[in-house]
Amino acid sequence: MKIAFTTNGTDWDARIDPRFGRTDYLLFYDEENKTMSSVDNREIINVEHGAGPRTAQKIFDNGAQVLITGNGPGGNAARILDQMELKIYVGAGGMTVREAYNAYLNNQLKQGVNNA
Amino acid sequence: MKIAIASGKGGTGKTTLAVNLALRAAETMPVALLDLDVEEPNGGIFIQAEIVEQRTMHRLVPEWDETSCTLCGKCVDICRFNTILKLGKKIIVMPELCHSCHACSELCPAGALPMREKVLGKLRHYRLGKLDFVESKLEIGVEMASPLIGQTIGYAKSRCPGKSYVFHDCPPGTSCAVMDATKDADFVILVTEPTPFGLHDLGLAVETMRHLGKPMAVVINRMGIGNDDVLRYCESERLPVWGKFPNRREIAEHYSRGELIYPQVEAFRRELDSILQQLESLPGQP
Amino acid sequence: MKEIVIISGKGGTGKTSVAAALAYTVPRVVMADCDVDAADLHLILKPVVRSSEDFYSGVRAEIDAQSCVGCGKCEEICRFAAISHESGKFSVDKLDCEGCGYCQLICPAKAVSLPEQKVGQCFISDTRFACRLIHAKLGIGADNSGKLVAKVKKEARQEATRTGMDYILVDGSPGIGCPVISSLSGADFVLLVTEPTLSGLNDLNRVWQLTARFRIPAGCIINKADLNPQVTAQIKDFLIQQGIRHLDDLPYDEDFSQAITLGKCLPEINPGKWKTRFANLWQGITKELK
Repeated sequence: MKIAFTTNGTDWDARIDPRFGRTDYLLFYDEENKTMSSVDNREIINVEHGAGPRTAQKIFDNGAQVLITGNGPGGNAARILDQMELKIYVGAGGMTVREAYNAYLNNQLKQGVNNA
Repeated sequence: MKIAIASGKGGTGKTTLAVNLALRAAETMPVALLDLDVEEPNGGIFIQAEIVEQRTMHRLVPEWDETSCTLCGKCVDICRFNTILKLGKKIIVMPELCHSCHACSELCPAGALPMREKVLGKLRHYRLGKLDFVESKLEIGVEMASPLIGQTIGYAKSRCPGKSYVFHDCPPGTSCAVMDATKDADFVILVTEPTPFGLHDLGLAVETMRHLGKPMAVVINRMGIGNDDVLRYCESERLPVWGKFPNRREIAEHYSRGELIYPQVEAFRRELDSILQQLESLPGQP
Repeated sequence: MKEIVIISGKGGTGKTSVAAALAYTVPRVVMADCDVDAADLHLILKPVVRSSEDFYSGVRAEIDAQSCVGCGKCEEICRFAAISHESGKFSVDKLDCEGCGYCQLICPAKAVSLPEQKVGQCFISDTRFACRLIHAKLGIGADNSGKLVAKVKKEARQEATRTGMDYILVDGSPGIGCPVISSLSGADFVLLVTEPTLSGLNDLNRVWQLTARFRIPAGCIINKADLNPQVTAQIKDFLIQQGIRHLDDLPYDEDFSQAITLGKCLPEINPGKWKTRFANLWQGITKELK
């Protein structure tokens, strides 16, 4: 599976950004190939309305099936992620990506509400 | 005559003034009161009236017609508000973000985005004697107040004719919603309190109304607290002060219970009547 | 680092007074004033601006008179009645224009441009307390989206990281729209300040509907609690139902307006009454942050 993380950096030691729509970076971990890629989302600071959906588009374009984040997406983004049948896990805000991934594997994260 | 009641900040007593003024005026003449604080309308708490009409208000947003769509993706490029997304073979429209400009719909080469009605909020029209009270409430999740404000004003124009006064209870602040609520007012009453917060936000409100070229007057609530700076500001800016309401705990208590103030507090009623007199002597009045 | 966001739904509940008192009380904190439409916190913190940045948001259409051929297509398609003409030349009213760009797409003479609008400024300032203040001013009639709020929060976070602060305290936006959502995004704790009036309860309800979606732990202060014991009780029931921690009841007190008038915070004008009170309130909040 491909896992997406909202982060403030681009490696395993980066911290999970609790926000979704205005997260600085998106990190993608491909479990099969054990490869990591990232998307710089910082242009989002220039977006007035629709930050959530715009970030959601990036999740889609990178083919993730799971999202690990902090507080969870807001209403608009949540509806789009739901359409993508994405599994959302919340509560990882402040953890490193490594810690968050382990927490996910050990069922320590909460599954987020997919509908607004 | 259209009178907008506004303030730079929330909590200064705008709705209290609008409601009490409208009901006092309605004792002797036909009046309409529009609660245009569509995010958080509160005027209705103070008015017990018969409901005359209830309407769901809509606006037009594009809806994806899968069968006609060629997935060219032009709509995504056209839209400047991040309203349209293309996820593989699906086009998703985010109605909350749509400004209803119709560009995507009208420029779609396949006609696959017809405009459809989407709920904006609810309008309620009440009547109590000579008062017509119209309140609109934005649906939760709808982010833009302006379309509903515009539609409410339009409704009142056709459904509440022949009024001596139409009072606009405006949203607080100085954003575009406030401008839409005061755009076609003939006169603006700004409510403030005599504290540094009140003064600062009055300044912002005055700047905004001057931008719109509106004549205005100031009403000061809770006189006695704070200092004289607001009065001095009004003097130096040549802003008439039409009312000074006293700082009384009993007024706050009546408000907290959703009660009108003027039937119970004489000092309040006196100031209110003085404001009405000022309105009556405005140019343009018969 | 923990972020606490203070919101109230309706204005006038005492949110900014509470924010100022906490600015005084909380150690190692960066303050952020996200009420960009009508910012007031600076009136108490008396900031000295260290750096400022122009803020751009949204575009507005402009028609170049030289290139315009007077075909009128733009006026035809504009849904916001923002375009009009005089002597065959067309122009845009900036206040009515929403920046949708439709006119630019269909103009045969390529006479329409869409420049970004400067709508405000963001400031980083020192205050007379130990903390820095990040604040902003939005211009008249500007669209108050979440963008400037997001900018203020971002700067606050960067400042806190840079200077090793433990807390970010945000004086949030009023209402229930985009600015509030943006204020809440990324918060570790939400502090609701309400008042026992029917209007206050109404707005508490509406702002909670929004907040609950984010699943952020929340606490509530009922200000002017003794004004209406009945509604105060109703609010307390609501808090229990919704799992919101009831942190304190503050009395209706002329100290609030006194403090504002003197440009001070509550613990400064009456330490005996307020210093310990807010210290305890802060303790209550830190407990919830664990």
